[in-house]
Amino acid sequence: MAEPSLAADAKPWKDATATPFIRIKNITKKFGDFAAVDDITLDIYKGELFCLLGGSGCGKSTLLRMLAGFETPTSGTIEIDGQDVAKIAAFDRPTNMMFQSYALFPHMTVEKNVIYGLLREGVPKAEAMDRVADMLCLVKLQDFAKRKPLQLSGGQQQRVALARSLIKQPKLLLLDEPLGALDKKLREKTQFELIHIQESLGVTFIVVTHDQEEAMTLSTRIGVMKDGKIVQVGEPPQIYEDPNSKYVADFIGSVNMFEGTVDVAVADTLRIKSPEAGIDLLVEPIEGLKVNQSVSVAIRPERIAVTRHKPEGAANIVEGEVEEVAYLGNLSIYCIKLASGKTLKVTKSNLLHDDVPIKWDEKVFLSWSNAAGIVLTT
Amino acid sequence: MTTLQASSPWRKTAALLARFGLTGRMLVIAVPMLWLLVFFLVPFLVVLKISVADPMIARPPYSPLFVDGSIQATIGNYAYMWEDSLYINAYWSSIKIAFFSTVLALLIGYPMSYYIARSPEPKRSLLLLLIVLPFWTSFLLRVYAWIGILKTKGVLNMLLMKFGLINEPLIIMQTDVAVYIGIVYTYLPFMILPLYANLVKLDDALLEASADLGAGPISTFFRITIPLSLPGIVAGSMLVFIPAIGEFVIPALLGGPDTLMIGKILWTEFFANRDWPVASAVAIAMLLLLVIPIMLLRMAQTKGAET
Repeated sequence: MAEPSLAADAKPWKDATATPFIRIKNITKKFGDFAAVDDITLDIYKGELFCLLGGSGCGKSTLLRMLAGFETPTSGTIEIDGQDVAKIAAFDRPTNMMFQSYALFPHMTVEKNVIYGLLREGVPKAEAMDRVADMLCLVKLQDFAKRKPLQLSGGQQQRVALARSLIKQPKLLLLDEPLGALDKKLREKTQFELIHIQESLGVTFIVVTHDQEEAMTLSTRIGVMKDGKIVQVGEPPQIYEDPNSKYVADFIGSVNMFEGTVDVAVADTLRIKSPEAGIDLLVEPIEGLKVNQSVSVAIRPERIAVTRHKPEGAANIVEGEVEEVAYLGNLSIYCIKLASGKTLKVTKSNLLHDDVPIKWDEKVFLSWSNAAGIVLTT
Repeated sequence: MTTLQASSPWRKTAALLARFGLTGRMLVIAVPMLWLLVFFLVPFLVVLKISVADPMIARPPYSPLFVDGSIQATIGNYAYMWEDSLYINAYWSSIKIAFFSTVLALLIGYPMSYYIARSPEPKRSLLLLLIVLPFWTSFLLRVYAWIGILKTKGVLNMLLMKFGLINEPLIIMQTDVAVYIGIVYTYLPFMILPLYANLVKLDDALLEASADLGAGPISTFFRITIPLSLPGIVAGSMLVFIPAIGEFVIPALLGGPDTLMIGKILWTEFFANRDWPVASAVAIAMLLLLVIPIMLLRMAQTKGAET
């Protein structure tokens, strides 16, 4: 087997000459008057693990179901590997899907579930059995071949569903909330198993999830969806560090948001007046802003330092009082009320055991650099 | 607090009853148990008793079970049933008619149930209502209505002749065909309702998963839908087959003199021949005939559920 070229390393989406493996062009799906998917255009490359991320009802599952062939687009085209799939029924598509509910056939054993797709394709029984045995080894279920799905744990069922959807070596694997039904520990473990399997098989994955942590861990790129549209596509760090809208900044991770107006650019800093913050916010300048334009400034909680003494040399310093402290072990979360009345969320790593912890009602200073604030206009 | 005080005499009573092994749970179960005992087991024992008696010209027309403190029982009635081919033929014919009626009801009922179960909600309730609606008219009236449809100068023949599809009226009344029509029509809801209850639970995702793995609609139907609806098929078939075997009204009204069904034989023995012991023996034999396959089926089902 040739070493699959991995999208994660190659980043074909940065190469303008690369041919996308899946081309979604102006796809719209309407249910009555409601557009569940609204004019989405998206290219996905071979070997990618692409996450469609969004809240419930954002249209991510509908988009996935159109790729699988369970829904017919109202308008637009989908090409998979250069082939328009509009006329191809679900059972003839080169895609397989892993269902949110797993949709394992309850009357069949694990083995029968996994072999199902191969036999429908006309693979000889002996060869199919060999492939099933290999696949069950890959998902570490070789000892459970004769069990029925209901006799398995949630994690085991999830792996059967994965094995069943991978056995036909689809060009494209669609995963609908693949880890949604697992508990946190198992989910974290399975995330890495999923990446490992994806890399070893070189199959293109499209994952639908509402869990931003899952999307960050798994994906080569994330498409954030809202109201049937894709609002931002990017690699996980890009989505987190450089969100293009308040919605994305707020959806991915937690964020402190200040409303303000552009004041003036001084040298390499931009000053933004913000009565909400009680100070003028200093940020790195971005292009295309006008004086007095309303903007939002997003600051991640971990970018803010919390100290008892007034720090030296920080671009933004503001005073506040500790309202809440939540100790999470590896880090603590502080809710700090500013003089303006706004409450900020700040996280601090608990690096040293012998620190004197900051307590409720203490007066503290919050500070952050001018690189910490992200200026958002929409 | 008031509830606690109010309940204290109840508690005393409950404690007293518990001493005799009567708990609240037992009492709740006791009512249906008593009902079954009085209205099912006792009549059954009476019939069993009559079936081992000799016929007599008396009132009631059979010999008593206890004579001078000893039991007078005979298996003569059962032996008689075995000797006279009429009874065996009637059983066989009943089973045959019930079996084919069940198959027909399944073939007609399955697509109907499937369609209802897949319909969107307001329509689904309406369709279910339409299935149940005929029950609001007397069963007897509905069978009489079929006479009006099927008879030589009935609705069906008139329509067919009017459209020129046939020249001579079809002879349907007083044949087995009429009996089949009557049984399938009458018992179809009993097939549809359990099938519907099963099919409505069928997860769409399973059908999609099957399609996703490359199975066409027909393949999916036979590999996924049918196996998963098997409990509904079995329940519906039993509900049609069992009453159809003992059916009396339909063969009596729609069937002809050649229609041989055990229900009719039973009626003749009781009322025409006044041979209560043989009639009872026929009834008991029919019960055994039905109970044995049901027991076997139940055993197979429990076994299937365990593995």
